[in-house]
Amino acid sequence: MIPRALDRGTIVFLALLGAVAIAVPLLNLALPDSSPLHVPTYLVSLFGKYVCFALLALSIDLIWGYCGILSLGHGAFFALGGYAMGMYLMRQIGGRGVYGNPLLPDFMVFLNWKELPLAWWGFSSFPYAMLMVLAVPGLLALVFGWFAFRSRVTGVYFSIITQAMTFALLLAFFRNDFGFGGNNGLTDFKDILGFNVQADGTRAALFATSCLALMLGYVVCRILVASKFGMVLIAIRDAEARARFLGYRVESYKLAVFTISACMAGVAGALYVPQVGIINPGEFSPANSIEAVIWVAVGGRGTLAGAVIGAVLVNYAKTTFTSGALAPYWLFLLGGLFVGVTLWLPRGIVGTIAHWRAGRRITATEDAPDPSGAAVATKPQAAE
Amino acid sequence: MLFVGVSAARADAFDDTLQKFLTDSYTDTEAGVTALGAGGDVRAFAVVKALQDGRLLADPAARRVLIDDGGALKDAATGAVVSPAPPPADLKRVRLNNRLRRAVEAALGALTLRAPDPARRLDAAQAVFKSRDAGALPAVEAALSQETDTRVKSALAMARAAILITSPDAPEAARIEAVGMLRERGDQSALALLSALPPGTPATVQGAADSAAAAIRNRLQIWETAQNAWYGVSLGSVLLLAAIGLAITFGVMGVINMAHGEMVMLGAYTTFVVQEAIRQKAFTFAIPGTGIGFSLPLPAALTLDWSLPIAVPLAFVVTGMVGILIEKSVIRFLYGRPLETLLATWGISLILQQAVRTAFGPTNKEVSNPSWMSGAFELGQLSITYNRLWIVCFSLATFAMLLAMLRWTRLGLEMRAVTQNRGMAACVGIRTARIDALTFGLGSGIAGIAGVALSQIDNVSPNLGQSYIIDSFMVVVFGGVGNLWGTLVGAFTLGIANKFLEPFAGAVLGKIAILVLIILFIQRRPRGLFALKGRAVEA
Repeated sequence: MIPRALDRGTIVFLALLGAVAIAVPLLNLALPDSSPLHVPTYLVSLFGKYVCFALLALSIDLIWGYCGILSLGHGAFFALGGYAMGMYLMRQIGGRGVYGNPLLPDFMVFLNWKELPLAWWGFSSFPYAMLMVLAVPGLLALVFGWFAFRSRVTGVYFSIITQAMTFALLLAFFRNDFGFGGNNGLTDFKDILGFNVQADGTRAALFATSCLALMLGYVVCRILVASKFGMVLIAIRDAEARARFLGYRVESYKLAVFTISACMAGVAGALYVPQVGIINPGEFSPANSIEAVIWVAVGGRGTLAGAVIGAVLVNYAKTTFTSGALAPYWLFLLGGLFVGVTLWLPRGIVGTIAHWRAGRRITATEDAPDPSGAAVATKPQAAE
Repeated sequence: MLFVGVSAARADAFDDTLQKFLTDSYTDTEAGVTALGAGGDVRAFAVVKALQDGRLLADPAARRVLIDDGGALKDAATGAVVSPAPPPADLKRVRLNNRLRRAVEAALGALTLRAPDPARRLDAAQAVFKSRDAGALPAVEAALSQETDTRVKSALAMARAAILITSPDAPEAARIEAVGMLRERGDQSALALLSALPPGTPATVQGAADSAAAAIRNRLQIWETAQNAWYGVSLGSVLLLAAIGLAITFGVMGVINMAHGEMVMLGAYTTFVVQEAIRQKAFTFAIPGTGIGFSLPLPAALTLDWSLPIAVPLAFVVTGMVGILIEKSVIRFLYGRPLETLLATWGISLILQQAVRTAFGPTNKEVSNPSWMSGAFELGQLSITYNRLWIVCFSLATFAMLLAMLRWTRLGLEMRAVTQNRGMAACVGIRTARIDALTFGLGSGIAGIAGVALSQIDNVSPNLGQSYIIDSFMVVVFGGVGNLWGTLVGAFTLGIANKFLEPFAGAVLGKIAILVLIILFIQRRPRGLFALKGRAVEA
C-alpha cells in the first residue's frame, strides 16, 4: 500500500518540500544579514504562513477533490485548531501579562472574571493542547458530518450549511462572554515550549515544523487516496448513488474522510497562530473558507500537489497585491480568479498539466507501431 | 372695577417678589423663585427662564430687575426696554447654586403647566409625572382645575396620581384612587411607580399597588409578545424580500447565486443615486479623469418623496440587466456544475463589491426616508414605524405579484415548465436558454427591489449584501426550493423565531440558535419544508 502511495511524483514533491524546510531556516540563521542569500525573519514567518495555508488547502482537496464534498466552512476547523494553540500560548504568558495575574489571561482579568473557565483547564500542558488541536475540530466535524451525511445532505446544500456553521461560530467567538477573548481574540504571546515566539530560532523551527506537518499531511493523503478507501471515495465522488447500491456505506466513508480532513485543518491552524502571533474570530469568516477553496481550484482539485501549489501561488499574489499601490484591485483579481478558473481552467494548473502530459503520452503511443495499443484508440485526441 | 383691583394687587405681589432678587442672597432668591412658580403671573415665566439662563440682572440702585434679551435690557415688571441703559457696573447678575437650580426647574415646570400652548402643557405634565415632585402638587391641581384639553387633562391627572401615590402625607383614600388611575394607565412607568412605593406606605395602599402592578405586568407581557411578533414579521418581510429572488434562481435553475447579496446592494445604491440626482436636480454621470460624462436636468417638482417610486422600477431594471449579463457571460457555461457555479458567483460578488467600493467609496451612503415613510404611530402599547409597515406591505405585494406572474403569464408558464422537466420543455419548443437568462434576470431584479427596501432601514455600504446572504440561504434551505410558499413560510418563521429567541438569548446567541435549529431541521426534512416530490428531486 505504502509503495503504491509513494509514486515518483510524490517523492519528488516531498524531497522539494524537505529541501525548503531545511534551506529557508538555514539561510535565515546561518547567513549574516548582509549576505544576498540571507532570508529575513519576516519572510520566514510569511513562508510559514503559506505552508500552513497549503496544509489547509490539502485538507480541502482531500474531501473536495477525492470525495466531492465542498466544505465552505473549513476555515472553522482551521480557526478552532488555532484557538486551541492560542489558548496554550495564552497560558504560557503566566504572570507576564499587563495585569500580572499568574492564572488568568489579561482579557479575563479585564472582564473581571475570578476563575479560569472549564474550557481553559489543562491548556497549560502542551500535550493536552496538541490533543485538543486534533480533537476539537475532529469532534465538531464528526458530529456535524454525522448529522449532515446521515440525512444525505449533499452538494450545494452541504456547502451552505457548512458556511452557516462557520458563520455561527464567528458570531459566537465575537462574544466576550463566550470566554475566548471576544473580538480581540488571543494575542500577545510570549513563549512556546519555553522558547520566545518572536526569536529568530523559534520562527525558523516553527517554519520547519510546518513544512514537516505539510509533508506528513501529504503522505497521509497519498496513502488514503491510493488505498482501497481512496478508490471508494472517488467512486462516491463520481456516482454516489451507484456506490451506495454496490453496498458501500457512503455515509461512513464521507464521515471518516471529513473528520480526517478537519483534523488536518486544525493542525494547520495550530501552526499558523504562533507564526502570525494572533488568532481572532475573523478567521471564522465565511469569506476565508471560500478563499481557501479557490486555492485548491487554482492548483487543481484532486491533485494533492495542486492544492499546495495553488495555496502558495494565490497567497503570494495576495501578499504582492495587497501590500502595494495595487491593493484596491486585489479583490478584482481574486474575483476574476474565481470566475476564470471555473470557466477556463476547471482542472486547475496541475490538473491541466497532467492532462496535457497524459494526452501527449497517448499520442506518442498511438504514433508508435505498437500492436497491443488498440485499447488507447478509444481515447479521444486529448492533446488537441 | 373689581378686575382692575385684583390685577393691581397681583402686580403688587409680582413687584414685591421681584424685589427679592435684589438682595443677592440665595435664600431670598429661592423664596422669590418659589413665589413666582406658585403665583399665576404671565410675566413670571420670562423672569424664571432668564434666571435659569443667567440673563437676569439686578439693578439695586433703581430697585428694579432687568432681563437681558439678546443685548436689549428689559424691565422684568413692565417688559419695556430700558432706554438709557444703566452702566454695566451698576448691574449684578442674579446668581444660582445647585439647590436654586432645582427650585428654578420646579418653578418653570409649574409655570409651563399653564402655558398657552397645549403641547407644552402636555410636556410639562409628563415631566411632572416623571419627577413626581411633591412641591408641584398645588400647581398641578391648580392647572387641573382650569385645563380644558382632554389629553393634557389626563396627563395632569396622571401626574397628580404619581405625586399622591408617593407622598406619605396624602390621605389613604386619595392614594388608593391614585393606584387605580395608574392601573388604568398600565405602562412601564406606571409599573415602575407602583412597584417602588416608599417605605412606610400603609398596607391597604401597598396591597392595592401590588395587585395593580401584577395586572399591569400581565398586560405588558401580552403587549411585549405582540411587539416581538411585529418585529418578527418585520424581519421576516425583509428576509422574504431578500430570499425570493434566490428561491427563483435556485428553484428554477438549480443555480446557487452567491452574488445575490450584491444584487441587493446594487438596488440600494440605485436608490442612493436616484436620491442624489433629485437632491442635485440633475442626473450627472461622469467617469473621473476622462472627461466623459453628461448631465440630465430633472424637473424641480421632483421631491425626495418620489425617490422610491422611481427607484423601485429602476433598480429592477438595473439589477435585472446585470443578472442577465452574468447569466449570459458566466453561468450558462456552468450548468450542471453547481459547486463551480457557487464559486464563480462568489467571485462575481467580490468583483461587484469592489467595483461599488471603487465607484462610491467604502463608507456608508446616506439614503433618507421619504416623508410618508418616516415617523411612527402607537397601537396600544405597540410602536409601529411607518417604514417597517411599508416594507411589510411591499414585500407581501412583491410576493403576490411574483406568484401571479408565475401563475398567469406566458413567461411564468414557461418557467414552471423548465423547472419541472427541462428536456420536455425544450422538446415542446420552449427556448430553455432564453428562459434561463430571463429567470436569472427576474431573480436578480427582485433582489434589486429588495435593495431599495433595505436602503430604508439599513446602512447602504458595499457590504450590505453580505449581511443578508447567509440568512437568505437559510430561508431557502428551510423553506425548500421550487416552491415560493415555502420561502414565504420560511422567511416569516425564521424572522419571528429569531425575534422571540432574542430576549432570552441575546441577538447573537439567538441567531446561533436559529442556525443550529436549521441544521437539525434539515435532518428531518433534508429538502426543506415544501420539498419538490417525484423525479425533480434527483435532478
